[in-house]
Amino acid sequence: MKILRPLIVFTGLLILWQLVVSVFGVAPFILPAPLDVLTTAIERADVLAGHARITILEIFLGLTFGTLFGALSALTMSYFRPARSWILPVLVVSQAVPVFALAPVLVLWFGYGMAPKVVMATLIIYFPVTAAFYDGLRRTETGWLDLAQTMGASKWAILRQVRLPAALPAFASGLRVAAAVAPIGAVVGEWVGSSAGLGYYMLLMNGRVQTNAMFAALFVLALVATAIYFAIDAALRRAISWQPESDPARATP
Amino acid sequence: MRIANGRLAFADMLLFDELSATITAGEWTCILGPSGVGKSTLLRMIAGLGESDPATNITASDGSPLDQRIAWMAQQDLLLPWLSVSQNIALGNKLRGQTTDGGHVSALLANVGLDARPDALPATLSGGQRQRAALARTLMEDRPVVLMDEPFSAVDAITRARLQELAARLLRGRTVLQVTHDPLEALRLGHNIHVMAGRPAHLGAVIRPPGDTPRDPTEPALRDLHMALLAELSSAADDGSNGGAP
Repeated sequence: MKILRPLIVFTGLLILWQLVVSVFGVAPFILPAPLDVLTTAIERADVLAGHARITILEIFLGLTFGTLFGALSALTMSYFRPARSWILPVLVVSQAVPVFALAPVLVLWFGYGMAPKVVMATLIIYFPVTAAFYDGLRRTETGWLDLAQTMGASKWAILRQVRLPAALPAFASGLRVAAAVAPIGAVVGEWVGSSAGLGYYMLLMNGRVQTNAMFAALFVLALVATAIYFAIDAALRRAISWQPESDPARATP
Repeated sequence: MRIANGRLAFADMLLFDELSATITAGEWTCILGPSGVGKSTLLRMIAGLGESDPATNITASDGSPLDQRIAWMAQQDLLLPWLSVSQNIALGNKLRGQTTDGGHVSALLANVGLDARPDALPATLSGGQRQRAALARTLMEDRPVVLMDEPFSAVDAITRARLQELAARLLRGRTVLQVTHDPLEALRLGHNIHVMAGRPAHLGAVIRPPGDTPRDPTEPALRDLHMALLAELSSAADDGSNGGAP
């Protein structure tokens, strides 16, 4: 049932798409029919897979570095008071300057390879991860900290056994946002300057008016992004399965 | 254990000053007072939590420091939601990097009547069961002094009575200092009762209700004492509303 409904919605949208194309007679270079896109995707599966591999690697590296730096910043901010006033402005600026505006500069500095895309994905992820994790660390139930203190726990033990697990749900919210936006960073990087990746392939096919292939790449990108999100979501749910969930839709008035 | 010259002030508001008391070792002492009088803060001070004025002097009769010899039990159960009941009970050992004797944990679980569900998560327990788990965790710490901050006030009356009986039985022989706003609870459990009232607050002279704990507070002998305690509390509340010190 859980998988059936999205499948029905998705199939419905595909049928609608096919109907729009056949009823209005839209030119194939404006909007190709879904079946044509599928055919192209199968024909060029090897090429698409090659580019997808690059994009997935960029997203994965961006997620890793963004999460790492974000977690480190959040920990530093919560344990060293002076660091807060140094890191917070960086945090705000990293979010205030649009990554899109930074993309050309990053390409200029890091070249056309994978590096600028990873940096861009890292930048875009850094803020949500840091903000969410820092918030989680700050909001540890004070009673637990009192209890741990009377038990004679060291600062390190309190961090490992109490603060970190307690901050995990908040950290997970940040990671979910990160998983959803990481592909944006990677693809924007590819658009600005690259020689490989799904974003690059889309631009290339767009220039050659091979809209079929462009849509096929878009479709693969959507698939990749969705898969990454759900994989991370599933892993997080496992890690914080102890957290009772309350469903506002089921709340009694 | 003796508290001498206890002093606590927030900004320019003095909560208590020159507060002194002697807590008898091996007995259950209740500090009874209205809300906001500072009894929880006093208990936290004894536990070494939060700021305390340098003038404050808390000493044990054997002369060695009190920290690492207390166990803390608060109004909330403070069970960590990601640990099972038995893991929660062994939390102190885990935090100190010590190994835990599994047999000891099961024995304590049996003592508090939770032996059927050692692997349950706290979220799946009732309020009374959670507080029993907290009691077992307190016992697991095996400290001579137990500090309790209204540990039974968040559960219903019947569960509370059972918890009080259980605690009185299991904590016998330890030095227990409990703060509460409930005179009936103090009469049930306390060998010694101090009323804490006024602003700045002071501790009244010790009251020693007759009989062994846990007592039945509806007994005629205790009814008069109950009335007296209520009268003392309500007159203290009046003092407080009139601005405290004359």
